[in-house]
Amino acid sequence: MLEVSGLCVDYVLDRGDVRAVDDVSFTVGRGEFLGIVGESGCGKSTLLFAIAQLLAPPARIAAGRVTFQGANLVGLTDGQLSAVRWRDLSVVMQSAMNALNPVKSIGAQFKDVMRAHGKPSREEIAARSAEVLRMVGIDQVHLRSYPHQLSGGMRQRAMIAMALLFTPDLVIMDEPTSALDVVAQRSLMVQIKELQQAYGFAIVFVTHDMSLISHFSDRLLVMYAGQVAELGATRRVFDAPLHPYTRGLLEAFPSIRGPRVPLKGIPGSPPDLSVIPTGCRFHLRCPIADQTCAEVAPELLDKEGTLVRCLRYTESPTTETRSLAR
Amino acid sequence: MTAPLLRADHLTRHFKIGGALSRRMLHAVDDVSFAIGEREIVALAGESGSGKSTIARLLARVYAPTSGEVYFSPGDGAEPAPLSSLRSRRARLRYSGEVPLVFQDPFASINPVFRVSHGVLRSLKLHRHELSGRQRQAEAARLFDVVGLDGGMLERFPHELSGGQRQRVGFAQALAGRARLILADEPVSMLDVSIRIGLLNLMATLRDTTGVSILYITHDIASARYVADRLIVMYAGQIAESGPIEEVLADPRHPYTQLLVSAVPDPRAPLSVAAETDQGEPPKVIDPGPGCRFRFRCPIAIDICATITPELTGAGAREVACHVAQSGAEVKAF
Repeated sequence: MLEVSGLCVDYVLDRGDVRAVDDVSFTVGRGEFLGIVGESGCGKSTLLFAIAQLLAPPARIAAGRVTFQGANLVGLTDGQLSAVRWRDLSVVMQSAMNALNPVKSIGAQFKDVMRAHGKPSREEIAARSAEVLRMVGIDQVHLRSYPHQLSGGMRQRAMIAMALLFTPDLVIMDEPTSALDVVAQRSLMVQIKELQQAYGFAIVFVTHDMSLISHFSDRLLVMYAGQVAELGATRRVFDAPLHPYTRGLLEAFPSIRGPRVPLKGIPGSPPDLSVIPTGCRFHLRCPIADQTCAEVAPELLDKEGTLVRCLRYTESPTTETRSLAR
Repeated sequence: MTAPLLRADHLTRHFKIGGALSRRMLHAVDDVSFAIGEREIVALAGESGSGKSTIARLLARVYAPTSGEVYFSPGDGAEPAPLSSLRSRRARLRYSGEVPLVFQDPFASINPVFRVSHGVLRSLKLHRHELSGRQRQAEAARLFDVVGLDGGMLERFPHELSGGQRQRVGFAQALAGRARLILADEPVSMLDVSIRIGLLNLMATLRDTTGVSILYITHDIASARYVADRLIVMYAGQIAESGPIEEVLADPRHPYTQLLVSAVPDPRAPLSVAAETDQGEPPKVIDPGPGCRFRFRCPIAIDICATITPELTGAGAREVACHVAQSGAEVKAF
């Protein structure tokens, strides 16, 4: 349904172009939940904005296609995009506090969206607004509430309700839970999954917290320095990560169960995209890198259905030997 | 636990909210008592609005308590002295050097127009005036080394450093005043996952090498377990449960602790979408009546929970504030 192919996004700056998203390709099927994870500055939010055609200068799409339901979105005018936005594809932003208009009630903001993308009657608007709020578990009296009167969790739910006004086929979510604490985060994730199962829309979910989506996403795309590092079925990526970066990320999570083991994390910090390392972009932080890694930029390889960008992934210890080593 | 370094006794802080004529009070922290020992890392966990940061600010003397008292041991074998007795500038300065804060946001807590050495040198000048200028430079370089930064970093500006490096600068600043208890308020929550472990390891190393105690304020139970010895769980301004962290997490007795533990995402756990959809919200504690504050979200609440506020009691190091748990019944809420 959504096909991203060879997408490149540049930030055009005085000191030269910086490529924030470099040749990213993936597909999202109907009703699929794709998780995109990576550290800050890896280009994941830029990628998401590029899919939704929300990039503003200095960012621009340098190459590639975003095919949504058969049509290439890249290069469409605002007027043409308006027919797709909200109706077929909607976006839930990271911070509901900033994304919602503070001087308008929730109901008025729902009405704006529906008026801008359809010609519904007042009754239809009222009925649909109440319905989507009920879907996310908020009482409809809050249609008259202003954003500041709602708690953080309720604001995020209201944002999700708004995204569902037209029952779109694809909902793009940019860290919708990052401002919430664990309990609210968990219940929102369960709710998103339930809504998805009930209404069958696809989700592209961007987060920096891999553990959060481990139980919810179908496939996982790990980004590093603007590129796809690994892309595969979520459970497989968690159980047998191929890329050393994915493995490092997984091992950076302390667990609340099992023995307390010392963890190392990943040394160094994510690269500045304006000075990309030669060869493999991860080699400076990689525990198994050798001389070749510093020279040869690895291609994305297909390893039994999982895509991985690493020259030495075969030498990665498997899950079994790792747990034995512990 | 060893001899307590700091003891909070019935600590309470209320804030007046609303307009000038309003008499409504927000009970941010209500009747909280706990102690932190020498060389101990204590995790203070709870959701946003539970009063964790207010406690850090009370301990750092940013706020004065509405009632209750904090006792801090001066370190030379003398009796712990109440903070309200710190009258002289010198005594207060010494306390703030020994009990520094490390803030959540490494991008906002370092002055961007000065080199990163500025904060450390300033702290050294304020708290250790016996040092000459050259000694201060040497000490700053030593502190950077202790927190795992290269000495050359001293002359950098904050924008040249990554988030993890900046937070290390925060710890170097904290150590500069001969810290004995670092109040770390969500020190890793703004950092990338791959960087967090490094900071948590640093906290453990600092405790081992310099003997400093740390109050680690967090909402991330898993990271608390990684680094802390003891856990205090806060709910709505009160302590719900406390004890050695392994024991509390292995066998949480308060329904809220159970909820927290069950909500932690664990990629290693088998795939399950348990539909424990707790839709509750952290309460705003405005002029609360008696009764347990968790009872609105608690699936096992009994009649007494609505009328009597449970006291924090327990045997040994484990303490819990729950009527059901105290009655000896097994608590299995989440």
